[in-house]
Amino acid sequence: MTAQISIPSAATAAQPRHTATPAAPAEQVVRKSSFWRIRGEISRRSAWLLTGAGLSLPFVIWWLWTALGLADPMFMPSPGAVLERIGRWGTSEGLLGDIGISVWRVMAGFGASALIALPLGLYIGTYRPVQAFLEPLTDFVRYMPAVAFIPLVMLWVGIDEGSKVLIIFIGTFFQMVLMVAEDVRRVPMAQIEAAQTMGANRGEIVKLVILPSAKPALLDTLRITCGWAWTYLVVAELVSANSGLGYAILKAQRYMHTDKIFAGILLIGLIGLLTDQAFRWLHRRAFPWMRK
Amino acid sequence: MSDAKIHVRQVGKTFVSEQREVQALQSIDLDIQPNEFVTFVGASGCGKSTLLRIIAGLETLSCGEILLDGKPIDGPGVDRAMVFQHYSLYPWLTVMQNIKFCRQLKVIGDTVRHDGDVESAAGRADALLNLMGLTRFTDAYPSQLSGGMQQRVAIARALLPKPATLLMDEPFGALDAQTREVMHDLIRHVHRLEKSTILFVTHDVEEAIYLGSRIVLMAPRPGRIDSIYEVPLPAQRHQDMKLAPEFTELKREILARIRETSGMQTDLEQLAKLSAVAG
Repeated sequence: MTAQISIPSAATAAQPRHTATPAAPAEQVVRKSSFWRIRGEISRRSAWLLTGAGLSLPFVIWWLWTALGLADPMFMPSPGAVLERIGRWGTSEGLLGDIGISVWRVMAGFGASALIALPLGLYIGTYRPVQAFLEPLTDFVRYMPAVAFIPLVMLWVGIDEGSKVLIIFIGTFFQMVLMVAEDVRRVPMAQIEAAQTMGANRGEIVKLVILPSAKPALLDTLRITCGWAWTYLVVAELVSANSGLGYAILKAQRYMHTDKIFAGILLIGLIGLLTDQAFRWLHRRAFPWMRK
Repeated sequence: MSDAKIHVRQVGKTFVSEQREVQALQSIDLDIQPNEFVTFVGASGCGKSTLLRIIAGLETLSCGEILLDGKPIDGPGVDRAMVFQHYSLYPWLTVMQNIKFCRQLKVIGDTVRHDGDVESAAGRADALLNLMGLTRFTDAYPSQLSGGMQQRVAIARALLPKPATLLMDEPFGALDAQTREVMHDLIRHVHRLEKSTILFVTHDVEEAIYLGSRIVLMAPRPGRIDSIYEVPLPAQRHQDMKLAPEFTELKREILARIRETSGMQTDLEQLAKLSAVAG
């Protein structure tokens, strides 16, 4: 079919070869081309294999690098040393306490952000006057670096827990509001108008159409912004903390404990990955109607 | 005149954007009788959908008046139901929940309570499901249905509160030809059964003739009624009539008129000249 449109001789020359193959089993043709087909499907097994390979590749390189003695252990500890360090951190250096306080800070900052951003974003996405009033302001503030707020936060809130939560809040909130507003705006107009023609009032449209329609997108927004909240943890724990994963990383630098820096970074990555997977699982469970 | 179901008089609609003003409708006069099936055709930009949306109460008019049962239209109402081209079903609700959606709304809930016929209303949902051939799909989600099935759900949902008027905005525009034929006979059946007044917007002239008892042909820039055709077919219709001489003659006439009023005619002539030069 495409050969009819493309006049170049190369294309027409290649065409007979294509039409000559249908005698071969279709299955085989699919198998040959499916791997690199644009947006093609791969089997569950290959997907798992590739995921495993992708995740372990940097670790293998890291392990080889250190095992061959190419790096100074002072700056680049081996995977074994880092694992050992995690074990020691867990038994005698209060790892669980550090994880606990960090998770609490992230969840408090993220939770407070979600608590305000969800209704606010809903209003911005639903009512044009609210959008005109608040969206440019939010856009402006979100470009201000959260890190730059640290001195102010310390002056205003002090150096206790509140300040760390507030930094995480500032880092996530403004992005979250805009994303929630966008999710709400993406609700198809036909869904809203259908409710209007059935006689729904404003409150009913928000409650029975806009919210349930936007829910899957909103959960995705929460999942993504939760990841950002974790990235602001280390920044937040710059503020005279004396516990937490981010703090442990910063302190380890002072004592040249490279293995602990590695351990801290890896643990934050792992916790992030687990929360992300939890959100995805919730998404699949909560919205069975999205499955074909 | 006064017994018209919908009385449209000197209606105009102007859309104002930052750059320009668009005269979507100008001096529209139209009377639609109860239980009439009127189809609207015309080149794109002729305002047929806008007129339908004004009658639905989704848009306001800029001038003139529209009386529905003698009263001016003030926003959407339960007496008028609308079927959209697509994306109007609620994907998180099952087929049955979609059909019964309006039951949760305050306006409908009140009337049902007044009538005291909650029971019969429940029976109606089942009857509509049956009429649309959807009984096997009661608990399916819209994403599991074909496009034709989805539109049946949308029609059943619109019919549930027994609307006197059914407004359809290119409801079958996204369906394939075979599914569309089935839907045509279904909607004619609904029209006879429910005795509703139907206003049906389409870009498919054959569809307009087969379904309508009257065809309103509209023309663009500014959107206006160009001509109105009576369909010379009996009330009881079947697919073979599409091959009858009076059907094809009417189709030819309407298509020619749409082409003349579309403003594309000059483009086509230009193109013919160009190809003559090239040849």
